[in-house]
Amino acid sequence: MIPTLGNFALALALAIAVAQSVIGIAGPMLRDRQILRAAPALAIGQFVMLGLSFLALVWAGVVSDFTVRNVAEYSSSTTPLFYRITGTWGNHDGSILLWCLILSLCGATVGAFGNSIPTSLRSRVLGVLGLVSGGFMAFVIAVSNPFARIWPPPLHGAGVNPILQDPGLAVHPPILYTGYVGFSIAFAFAVAALIEGRVDAAWGRWVRPWALVSWLFLTCGICFGSLWSYYTLGWGGFWFWDPVENVALLPWLTGTALIHSAIVVEKREALKTWSVLLAIATFSLSLCGTFLVRSGLLNSVHAFSASPDQGLFILVLLALTIGGSLLLFAFRAPVLAASGVFAPVSREGALILNNIFLCIIAAVVFTGTMYPPFLALLFNRQISVGAPFYDQAVLPLTAPLILAMAVGPLLSWKRAALLPALTKLWFVAVLALLVFGAFILRGHFVAALGLAGAVWVMLGALVDLAERIRLFRIPLGQSFMRLFTIPRAAIGASLGHLGFGIAVLGIAGMSLQTHTIRVLNPGQSIDLGGYNWKLISIKPATGPNYTARDATIEVSRNGHLVEIMHPETRYFTNQKVKTVAAAIRSNGVRNLFATFAGDNNSGGGEFRFNIHPLAPEIWLGGLIMALGGAISLSDRRFRVGAPVRSRLRRPSGSATV
Amino acid sequence: MMSRKKRRLWIVIACGLGLSTAVALMLVAFRSSLSFFMSPQQVAARHPPAGRVFRLGGIVQANTVVMGTRDGAPYTTFRITDGRASIPVVYTGVLPGLFRQGQGVVTIGAMSRGDREFLASTVLAKHGADYMPRDVEMALRKAGKWNPKFGPPPNAGAWDDKSPAQIEASNNG
Repeated sequence: MIPTLGNFALALALAIAVAQSVIGIAGPMLRDRQILRAAPALAIGQFVMLGLSFLALVWAGVVSDFTVRNVAEYSSSTTPLFYRITGTWGNHDGSILLWCLILSLCGATVGAFGNSIPTSLRSRVLGVLGLVSGGFMAFVIAVSNPFARIWPPPLHGAGVNPILQDPGLAVHPPILYTGYVGFSIAFAFAVAALIEGRVDAAWGRWVRPWALVSWLFLTCGICFGSLWSYYTLGWGGFWFWDPVENVALLPWLTGTALIHSAIVVEKREALKTWSVLLAIATFSLSLCGTFLVRSGLLNSVHAFSASPDQGLFILVLLALTIGGSLLLFAFRAPVLAASGVFAPVSREGALILNNIFLCIIAAVVFTGTMYPPFLALLFNRQISVGAPFYDQAVLPLTAPLILAMAVGPLLSWKRAALLPALTKLWFVAVLALLVFGAFILRGHFVAALGLAGAVWVMLGALVDLAERIRLFRIPLGQSFMRLFTIPRAAIGASLGHLGFGIAVLGIAGMSLQTHTIRVLNPGQSIDLGGYNWKLISIKPATGPNYTARDATIEVSRNGHLVEIMHPETRYFTNQKVKTVAAAIRSNGVRNLFATFAGDNNSGGGEFRFNIHPLAPEIWLGGLIMALGGAISLSDRRFRVGAPVRSRLRRPSGSATV
Repeated sequence: MMSRKKRRLWIVIACGLGLSTAVALMLVAFRSSLSFFMSPQQVAARHPPAGRVFRLGGIVQANTVVMGTRDGAPYTTFRITDGRASIPVVYTGVLPGLFRQGQGVVTIGAMSRGDREFLASTVLAKHGADYMPRDVEMALRKAGKWNPKFGPPPNAGAWDDKSPAQIEASNNG
């Protein structure tokens, strides 16, 4: 009964979305106040319906209603409650429903909190959002309905894929999807602006917070995904340049470019056309990120399985959304007049450089990701573009980005001199060179480059902050007080750059990792990286739906006990699958990583031990970046909303700047 | 302050420089680090040179997985088959959880000297619901062993349909 209601609510949400798109886009042309007010209400209604529909699916999972095929295939009566809930989006159909739910949440947020946006623009934004979500809900209902039934129902479900039975499934997909889908708002703003033919500073001010929110979710989502991949064996470590990872990185790159170029739109009314294009590109790449993976076109360790007709539907939807918006851009972009002049060496110039390099990196990653499927389609040849390609092609391109990253924030708007900015950074450069020298002497070229770059970016960000609070130039107390009076966006930007530097530090540190693989019997020990790893015992253990072999490893340094670790191998009785649960201990600057591959026939077992220097900094840096975004979001100019000037403007479709 | 035209020129120059660098880097990287996917049949036919990294995918042949120890370091040997040929694989390291006989697998590595065995440096497991890597699916289709249209992939037992002698014969022939 409840799943049927869920299906009904889903159909209702589709109907509302269709109404929302028609009324939202056509409304402003009718110049009727009632109609203009309808779109926000419809957006909220659509979210409520989809929310009910999603809850119905969760409920079906919780009570193990095996008449629902989705539950029968991906859940079972022995699956713990937590994974019965997360299993809802741990499969193809359910995850797209979650995707649609978040999309409607975005619309509802604009509807509920977008009061400062002119009504006609808001109506069009909601109309575009309704159009997109309508398309994808039609997809859900037509070819991948999670409420599809089977009769007779199986006695026990097949159970969730053992590898997905992990807390990572609870946080990673929803957060990542929020990041992907959030860019739909920036996209809708861009399309609405193209329809209206007007982009001004106020537009930049409306778009930027939405882009920032989705950017910080996307950053967190990629971070959690990378962490999950790090501790799961067989997924290639924290970053594998796997197609699925790349398609999440692509919107992140262009989204990062967007949140930088929107600053220029807002402050200087330049780069307007470019920002509109970036907003369209970012959401298009997000769509590709979610759906190319499901169309079966990309080949990945992380891919869901999908049937061919679903793939075709998805490709048509993608082509319509992306092609339509780009066509609109081609026709309407000349209307958006450029203004604002500046010299090449200026804050604008630095931000353009940032945009150029971010987009070029995105283009390289895109080429590397899409080349194999195209080659397979056209020439029927199977190749794979792996980590070595990206290491060679992408890493050199990040070097100028990293170099410019510390200098850019120190330049002033419109026209700046390079020399004063560089003199503020001389000791940072010296420190970076010292780090480079120290590691090059030990023969670690890649690590030396990475660590030096990290030092340069981190200290550069701190110098920027110190400059703003005039550290050491005015009394310390006053400097401290300035922290609270300077724009929070400035603090956010510094933190964002600092976080990026920290992440680079972690990635560079990872290249210094050491590992060994050994067979140990209880009582035996080995030495690795100054630590002594001793196997104490291997004991059986049981979990809710698996049995496990649990090893106890004592790690000591110079005779002092440092950690006791418990790597496990698990055997899932239902699916007859063995998984390896690694044990990881971190002290903040290095990770100890132990995996237990299985028993041997003499009472011992096979182990792999890793030491990952600076590994925690990868995710810490990502989270600090996201924190910077959040602080920037709380900036006064976003809290007080849009400038009054535009609020007084009459809603009309013909005004151009 | 410079004119708009001049500024545009600067941007175009910067973009052009960046793009040409990127293209050059990509071309170099494509030449040196593309790795091909090969099915056992292709390996048997083409004999890739020792040390050349490629991806080998297929089904883990039933009853061929053997674990051993060499100087305290454990290793695993197994054979990967697509039903037409079968290649012995040596892997040193911890196998991912989803690795088992009769299942699709993709490994990254190179042939050893003398074309004897495939030395895998990485064994990948997929987290999709059907556990069948796409490359492997294609290889199986080409070998005429399985078409997804006609149901799930053959199970572990079905891959035992050739005796090692037969496989040796097909390898040599």
